Amino acid sequence: MAAPIGNIKDRLFERATAIFAAIVLGLTLLLFALLLRESLPALKKFGFSFVTGTTWDPVAETFGALPFIYGTLVTSVIALLIAVPLSVGAAVFINEFAPPWLKGPVAFLAELLAAIPSVIYGLWGVFVLVPLLRDHFMKPVTKLFGWVPLFKGPVYGPSMLAAGVLLAIMVVPFILSVSREVMATVPQRQKEAVLSLGGTQWEMIRIVIGQHCIPGIFGATILGLGRAIGETMAVTMLIGNRPDILFSIFQPGYSMAAVIANEFTEATGDLYMSALVAVGLVLFLITFAVNIAARLILKQLLARASRGI
Amino acid sequence: MIKKCSGSIVRYLLAALCLVIAIPAFAGDITVNGAGATFPYPLYSKWFYEYSNAHPGVKFNYQSIGSGGGIKQITAGTVDFGATDAPMTDDEMAKLPGAILHIPTAIGAVSVVYNVEGIKDALKLSPDVLAGIFLGEIGKWNDPKIAALNKDARLPAIDIVVAHRSDGSGTTDIFTNYLATVSPEWKSKVGRGKSVNWPVGLGGKGNEGVAGVVKQTPGAIGYVELAFAQQNKMKDAALRNRDGQFVSPSLEGTSAAAAGAAKAMPADFRMSLVDAPGKDSYPICGLTWLLVYKDQKDPVKGKAIVSFLKWALKDGQKMNAPLLYAPLPKSVAEKVDQVAREIKSGGKSLY
Repeated sequence: MAAPIGNIKDRLFERATAIFAAIVLGLTLLLFALLLRESLPALKKFGFSFVTGTTWDPVAETFGALPFIYGTLVTSVIALLIAVPLSVGAAVFINEFAPPWLKGPVAFLAELLAAIPSVIYGLWGVFVLVPLLRDHFMKPVTKLFGWVPLFKGPVYGPSMLAAGVLLAIMVVPFILSVSREVMATVPQRQKEAVLSLGGTQWEMIRIVIGQHCIPGIFGATILGLGRAIGETMAVTMLIGNRPDILFSIFQPGYSMAAVIANEFTEATGDLYMSALVAVGLVLFLITFAVNIAARLILKQLLARASRGI
Repeated sequence: MIKKCSGSIVRYLLAALCLVIAIPAFAGDITVNGAGATFPYPLYSKWFYEYSNAHPGVKFNYQSIGSGGGIKQITAGTVDFGATDAPMTDDEMAKLPGAILHIPTAIGAVSVVYNVEGIKDALKLSPDVLAGIFLGEIGKWNDPKIAALNKDARLPAIDIVVAHRSDGSGTTDIFTNYLATVSPEWKSKVGRGKSVNWPVGLGGKGNEGVAGVVKQTPGAIGYVELAFAQQNKMKDAALRNRDGQFVSPSLEGTSAAAAGAAKAMPADFRMSLVDAPGKDSYPICGLTWLLVYKDQKDPVKGKAIVSFLKWALKDGQKMNAPLLYAPLPKSVAEKVDQVAREIKSGGKSLY
């Protein structure tokens, strides 16, 4: 008598979890379907030129989203270029070199960065980071290297660089904590083996951790990239909100999430609204593509890492 | 046993349900829902608070989601009234299920704020120079066109950095409406709207975003609401009005503009106040409106809205100035009061 009841409970539990899983899947599909439905008017009108067009003019109802796509990608790349070396370096220090009394506080404070709301980051960016970057980095660099297209002036302050640097600070805790977890999984014996063969500490880190941890660090990077692509509030406060494609990273730009947040509330007119939703759809698809690409690369890396060991 | 038990549970639930429905009805509490413009929100919340205190039983629930949102919600009928800083367009009004009234409640003004050294009093700007700056045609502070208007100022040879709103906003609508009115070039190149394709400049989110750019960037010029500029003690420019006088932004200048425009006020109050005649008129002003259906479906709520409007046009107007909104000129308030009498429910006036 007891066994069937247990079976029923098991089956009920199984069903319930299956329903939950289906809800999650259903929500994703529903989200995609709704985005697609609402953006159809804009996509029909502009076709492929919606993602290649460079003019965003709500008055004339001409909508091209390329400046936003460009701004999102540039700021995210800047963020990763800064955040990855910084976090991996910090992770190595915390795990391998830091004296025990320092380990805890440093790790805790670094991870606390993740708990700060993005609007606070934005405020700090406006009042501290932007003036600092403008006066002590961007201005001197333009003076010396202004002939390099990447650093061309004039310098305003709010710029793709400022947004990228702030994003870097925001994604560091994510990459740092995952990198640390991954490094902690390296068997102590492997590390000791390298040292006992006469390897220096650097060689130990390069060989063992480098070999063992690259897939994990790559995964952490993708996690950070996802956060950087979708970040809205902090970016819109720093990027300058200028829908142009300018090569210099000292110039203002605009991001996809920022334009939606800025213009959605006051978007009157069906085509305008639809164009904003279509920007959301493009953002969704880019995030989707990044995740799929990341999975494929991760698979390769994992295969290579297991072959290496 | 089970049957009896469930029966009593059902009866209990029904009784509870009756109570829940009956209590508010018994107390006579009415909640009027509204949504829309953020610009008059401080004024409206003061009004609703004072009105509810003076008239117990009527409560207002206002969501400042933006003018666009207000128009959408009143069109869909999910709120009892809407609020907007830009009058509804004919296209938008065509989508409405019934006739709507634009009820002006207050007048706002937009200040041109700047961050540049070497100017003794206020920076003086003429309409074409202001348009030239925002079109990107005037790029340096020591441009002869600016210098000609500010003879006693020592203008630096630095770049002008234009700051504008990045979010859709009634403030932008009033400002671009002004530029489109005074500059044919602006009208054809950029036009008027809550969001436009700015020829130059940096976008800041909200008044605070624009103010942030202006305060932090030497050489910046931007536009914010009058109240915001005054509360934050920002330097504002005196603009040459239609009568050729330079007028600094102020409540008096705003009221003067409204008085100047009042003679030509159309019957539906969908009017722009920019570049108004009169020697004291400040040129960048605009009305803000409540949107109310002429035919109210719910007579009780309709009556509450009409009584509130009556109050707002008289007693409410006294609260405008302390909050830095210009009150409606008396002649306009009286005209609006007449129009409020047209609000009906089931054919009967609710006034």
